[in-house]
Amino acid sequence: MAVRFVQPVGAQPPNGAIVRDVREALMVSRNTNGKLVRRPLSPHLQVYKPQITTAMSILHRITGVALAAGSLLMVCWLVSAANSPEAYYGVRDFTVSWLGRLLMFGWTAALVYHLCNGLRHLAWDAGFGFEKGIYKTTGIVVLAATAVGTILIWLVVLLGGAG
Amino acid sequence: MADPKDIHIDIMRSELGRARGMGAAKSGVGHWWGQRVSAMALAPLTLWFIYSVLSLGSASHEAVLAWASNPLTLVLLLTLAGMTFYHMQLGLQTVIEDYVHDEGKRLLALLLVKGAAVLLAVTAIVSILKIGL
Repeated sequence: MAVRFVQPVGAQPPNGAIVRDVREALMVSRNTNGKLVRRPLSPHLQVYKPQITTAMSILHRITGVALAAGSLLMVCWLVSAANSPEAYYGVRDFTVSWLGRLLMFGWTAALVYHLCNGLRHLAWDAGFGFEKGIYKTTGIVVLAATAVGTILIWLVVLLGGAG
Repeated sequence: MADPKDIHIDIMRSELGRARGMGAAKSGVGHWWGQRVSAMALAPLTLWFIYSVLSLGSASHEAVLAWASNPLTLVLLLTLAGMTFYHMQLGLQTVIEDYVHDEGKRLLALLLVKGAAVLLAVTAIVSILKIGL
């Protein structure tokens, strides 16, 4: 049986946008009724079963963006310490307020997660950990390490007189 | 079955393009390597920073100045600041390139993020030098 891909001549994507890219032209096809449709792009998040690997992947990105925002706090701390004792104590008072504590806790958890999962990513980049099931195990290890690491840091903060 | 002698592959990429190895996006693997190398640097630096901040606790201003004036602390703090904002802008670049499809908006967002990263990095470095020197 000869199968030939018939490119709709002069076809436009259903939303009316002009095809400017050959990759986009290939994404246009006909459904069984002969109607021109835009093919769905992968990944189709709505049809995938939620998995620990995908959830952790998106969490890596979310924590990364959150840490970028959190880096502002680190710069504030440095600038205040460079300016005057009054400015420094102002920032320090904020970090021990309930809002400061909440932000710092979120920042710590995001940092520990991004660090642990980042090491997992580096192992993948080096070619390790791709065996079936291993990536799930390492994912659970990362989540456990994040919980333990974050709790340990905050035990030191709250019990060690660091507060 | 065709005669194997008749089988040929046309490579549209020029020899020069292949030798340069920059690919269709014209930046090669520079971004990928930059992200990994800065991650490798940040893993120990971040652990050291967490340890340091926990040790400092609710330190007085003088204690922070004394801590930062140690040459080793100064070097590690400066490296941490540089690596953090380098890694940050590489990561945010990936996020923007994935989600902002309009070319103009994407360019604007990238310029804003890269500009902010440079400003924050220089601010952090000047502050560290002012504290430590």
